[in-house]
Amino acid sequence: MRNGRLWPVHLVLAVGAAAMVMPFFWQVLTSLKTFTEATRTPPVWIPSFEWSNFAKVLDETPFLQQFGNTVVMTAGRTLAQLLFCSLAAYAFARLRFPGRDVLFIALLSVLMVPGQLFLIPQYQIVQSLGWLNTLPGLIAPGMFSAFGTFMMRQFFMTLPAEVEEAARLDGANPLRIFWSVMLPLARPGLMALGVLTVLWSWNDLMWPLIVNTDPESMPLSAGLSALQGEHMTDYPVLMAGSLMASAPVVVLFLVMQRQLIEGIAFTGSK
Amino acid sequence: MSTLGRAVAAEAAARPATRRRLRDRDWVWGYAMIAPLVLGLGLFYLWPVAQSVYYSFTEWTLFGDATWIGLRNYEQVLTDPANLRALRNTFVYGGLSLLGIPLSIAVAALLGTRGLKLVSLYRTLYFLPVVTMPAAVAMIWTWLYNGDYGLVNYLLSLVGVEGTSWIANPSTALYALVAVGVWTQVGYNAVIFMAGLQAIPRHLYEAASIDGAGRVRQFFRVTLPLLSPSVFFVSVLSVINGLQMFDLVYLMLRRGNPAREETQTIVSLFFSRAFEEGAKGYAAAMAVVLMAITLVLTVVQFRVQKRWVHYA
Repeated sequence: MRNGRLWPVHLVLAVGAAAMVMPFFWQVLTSLKTFTEATRTPPVWIPSFEWSNFAKVLDETPFLQQFGNTVVMTAGRTLAQLLFCSLAAYAFARLRFPGRDVLFIALLSVLMVPGQLFLIPQYQIVQSLGWLNTLPGLIAPGMFSAFGTFMMRQFFMTLPAEVEEAARLDGANPLRIFWSVMLPLARPGLMALGVLTVLWSWNDLMWPLIVNTDPESMPLSAGLSALQGEHMTDYPVLMAGSLMASAPVVVLFLVMQRQLIEGIAFTGSK
Repeated sequence: MSTLGRAVAAEAAARPATRRRLRDRDWVWGYAMIAPLVLGLGLFYLWPVAQSVYYSFTEWTLFGDATWIGLRNYEQVLTDPANLRALRNTFVYGGLSLLGIPLSIAVAALLGTRGLKLVSLYRTLYFLPVVTMPAAVAMIWTWLYNGDYGLVNYLLSLVGVEGTSWIANPSTALYALVAVGVWTQVGYNAVIFMAGLQAIPRHLYEAASIDGAGRVRQFFRVTLPLLSPSVFFVSVLSVINGLQMFDLVYLMLRRGNPAREETQTIVSLFFSRAFEEGAKGYAAAMAVVLMAITLVLTVVQFRVQKRWVHYA
C-alpha cells in the first residue's frame, strides 16, 4: 500500500493513542495545579506550576522510605526469581532424574490456582517467622515462581544441544554447564523474565496490604493507597504522589521496551 | 576452540560410555538444582493450598484456634446474598472484559499495516497503561470520573450530555471500572495479537487476493481463523483476570462510597472477610468456591475451543 493512503490508519491509531495518553496528560497537569485550579469548571488547561505539591508528598508521607522499600522488594524478588527459576528450568529441560515430569506438573498446577488460596497460609508463615512489617516478609513468597520456571524451561528447550555436549565431554558438571554455557545463551529469556518480574513486583498491591501495615515498612503501592485514604480530596497532591510512584517503572519500560514486548509475545505464542 | 575441537574428535569413540556415566549422575545434580525452587514453591504455594482447603472446613476463634465445623462455611458462602451479588459482579467483569478483545485485534491489525511508520511510537503509547502502577491508575481515573470536577463529565458536557458521579453511582460504577480495566489491557493484548498476526504466512493473502477476496473478506477468511489460537489464549487470560479483579475495586471503591456494597467482587469481598473481619475459615471457603468456578470456566473454554480454534 502506498504511504499516501495510510492516513486513515494513522487517524484511527492516533485517536486511540490519545485515549491512552489523555489520562496521564491530565494527571501531570493536575499535579502542577493549585487546589482551586484543580476544582474549577470549566477546567484550567494551563496550571500555575505548583511544584510544592511534590514537596508536600515528600514532607507528609514517608515517601523516600517507601521508595527504598519498593526498590529492595523488587530487586530481591527479581534476582531470586532469575536465579531459582532458571536453575530449576535448566534441570527440568536438560537433565534426567526420576520424578522429573511429575514434579514439573505439580509445580505448573500452581499456575491454575487463584492467588487467594495461598494468601491466608502465606500470611501465617510470614507471621510465625516474625516477618510482618519487615522487608523479608515483603519479599519472601515473590521469590519463587512457577510461571518464571515454565517460561525459562521453554527457553532452554529451544537452545541447541551441541554446545552443551562439548562441555560435558570436557568434564564440566551440569552446574558449571548451566552457569558458563547455558545461562549466557539464555540472556534474552532472562531479560524478559526480569522486566516482567520487576513490573509485577513494583505494582504488586494485595500482599503488601496484608503483611506490611506500618507506613514506614510499606512499598509505594500500599503507601499510595493509604495516601488516597488520607488526602481523599487534595487531588493535586495525590496526582503528584502517584506520578512519582509510577514514574520509575514507566522509565524502565521505555528503556527495556523490546525485551518486555518480546517476553509477552513469547508467553502468548507458546 | 581447542576444547570444542578435541570434543568433536573424541566424540565418536568416547560418546556412548561417557554419556552413560555422566547421565547416571545427573539425578544428583537435577535434584540439587531444582531444590531451592521446589522448597520455596512447596512452602509458599503448594502447602498453603492444602491448608486453605482444610481451613475452609473450620471456624476460627479469637485465640486463633481452628475448630472443625464441616460444611457450614460452604452453606453460608453459597447462601449469603452479598456473595451472590459479588459473584454476579465478578461474572460481569469477566464477561465484559472480553469486550477489549476486538479492540485489541483492531489495534494489532492496524499496527501491522504494511509500510506503516511510527509503529513503535504507537505501541509505546498503547502500552503505557499496562506498565503503570494500578494504585496510580486508580487514582487518575477516580479523579477523571469525579462527578463535580472530573474531566470525563466536562468532555461530555461539551457534547451536551450530563454526567454523573461515575464510581459513586451504583448503576454506573461497575461499568466505569470495566472501562478502566479494558483501557489497561488493550496494549498487552494487542502485543500478543501482533505476534499472532506476524506468524500468518503472507502467501495466503496473495492466494486469497488472486481468488478475488477483498480486504474485509481476507480478514474474516484468513486472518481471523489463523489468529484464533491467540484469541483463545487472550480470552482465557481475560476471563481469569476478570474473575480475579481486585486492585481497581479495592482502590476505586473506598469505604464510604455508596456504590461499594453493590460493586464488590468475590476477591475484594474475600479480602475484607479474611483480613479486615478476620473470618479466615469462611474466606478460605470463598477461595475454594472461586477456584472451582475458575476451573469449570477454563475447562468449558478448552472444550468449546475445539469448535472455533484452528491450529495451523
